[in-house]
Amino acid sequence: MPSDRPPRLQLGDIVSTYDEGGRRLTAIDGISLTVGVSEFVALVGPSGSGKSTLLDIVSGLIAPDRGQVWLDGEPTIAAQRLGRSAYMQQRDLLLPWRTTLSNAALGLEVSGVPRRDAEHAAAAELWRFGLEGFGDVYPAQLSGGMRQRAAFLRTILPRKELLLLDEPFGALDALTRSDLQSWLATLWEQERTSVLLVTHDVEEAIFLADRVVVLTSRPGRIASELIVSLPRPRTRAMIASPAFIRDRAALLSALGLLNGPGA
Amino acid sequence: MIRQSRWVGPILLIAAILAAWEIAVRATNTPRWLLPTPSAVFQTLVEDRDILLPNALVTLYEVALGFGCAVILGVGLGIAVYRSPTLSRVFYPIIIGSQTIPVPALAPLLLVWFGIGLLPKIIVTALVGFFPIVVNTVEGLRATDRDVINLLRSFGASRGTVFRLAEFPSSLPFIFAGARIAVAICVIGAVFGELVGARAGLGYLMTRAMAQFETPRLVAAILLLSLMGTGLFAAVGLVESALLPWRKYTAVRGHMERDGAETES
Repeated sequence: MPSDRPPRLQLGDIVSTYDEGGRRLTAIDGISLTVGVSEFVALVGPSGSGKSTLLDIVSGLIAPDRGQVWLDGEPTIAAQRLGRSAYMQQRDLLLPWRTTLSNAALGLEVSGVPRRDAEHAAAAELWRFGLEGFGDVYPAQLSGGMRQRAAFLRTILPRKELLLLDEPFGALDALTRSDLQSWLATLWEQERTSVLLVTHDVEEAIFLADRVVVLTSRPGRIASELIVSLPRPRTRAMIASPAFIRDRAALLSALGLLNGPGA
Repeated sequence: MIRQSRWVGPILLIAAILAAWEIAVRATNTPRWLLPTPSAVFQTLVEDRDILLPNALVTLYEVALGFGCAVILGVGLGIAVYRSPTLSRVFYPIIIGSQTIPVPALAPLLLVWFGIGLLPKIIVTALVGFFPIVVNTVEGLRATDRDVINLLRSFGASRGTVFRLAEFPSSLPFIFAGARIAVAICVIGAVFGELVGARAGLGYLMTRAMAQFETPRLVAAILLLSLMGTGLFAAVGLVESALLPWRKYTAVRGHMERDGAETES
């Protein structure tokens, strides 16, 4: 990435607390990180590390208790961030009353594109998302993998400059999951959008990201950071390479999941 | 085949009951004015069709107008209650509490206020139909998936857009469930309004038949009312499947509908 451009996203000392049974608990305790233009960053951490809260903050759904969020070098408040990024969650959240096509068009439609034009744009992309011929069916008629790809299409179609992916493969079976990871890696090579991916799957993080940030549990802090040593474009075969195995050992040890001496 | 076998059971049961009724009345020589045979009722239906049908149409008209008002008022107030916390706090408990008033019992009062014409019938009908619709509208809107709302907000959707794209469509199955219940009890409301005082309608016909001990005509009117209720219930269901074609796919998965168990019973 060119160093003269401001990072797509910059978080400065974010603190976020929440109420539980009258007690004030800290979900995120002073996280600072950046996502560069066309950079793919993965956040890995145990549950309770505030990963999803962090994405809620970046998307503008909630405001942090403290800290600053910059988009393209500009400081922002939460309300200004709504509509700036495309947020995708673990659940596909397809609307059951809309066909695949009009579900995929939803993000564009909210951005003010007339429904018909939005659906035209979605129709042109169906084949790239493995949904050709399924544009006119309802989500209930799609398989889990297809539903997730339809959700991806909805996320990517508005061409936001920042994608927030919250465990997008979390609800899928292992085979579909590995399939979709390879598919997303290929798609990303074409799109080169800045991505902040939240996952608890270390291998997924290495396979997809340029950089992996490891969070601690409750409250979430940054434990360590790793520049992924795999070249691009990524292929499935790389998960057996020494570089991959080295990176994985480093991450597992940072998460405290490796017994004995770390990498 | 499946559709057919679903109807065979109820039809056989009704036929058996009618046969037993016919035989029992004939065997015991029960007089016609006390309990007419099904065949006598059927004969009345055919012979008195020129009296029964126009009066049935009057009742149907009252039901349609009252139900229409109930839908507009119920959905409108439901949306208002959902969107305004103040209305929700002030109005909603009153709406729920108002159900302790037996609405049909208001019919005599409405007669005093508005006379013997159409208006008091439509008011009673609308009042009884209003409640299930407003409650289901509020519950349906409240059952909207929070994550879907957040998804739309993250795309930059305004509150109105969220309502149009997510909250209202996801409440429609609930609203239709309420409307199906409402349309059936609207028939009861209209008849009650007529029984108290009217110049036409099946309820009016029933008071006349009662006074003259024309029991077969009384039973024929009841039969027509029951047919009307069933038909309207089915009609609302047809409108629902026409407007919400996606519902037939989610019936099994039950993704966003938590009302299924209540409505089908």
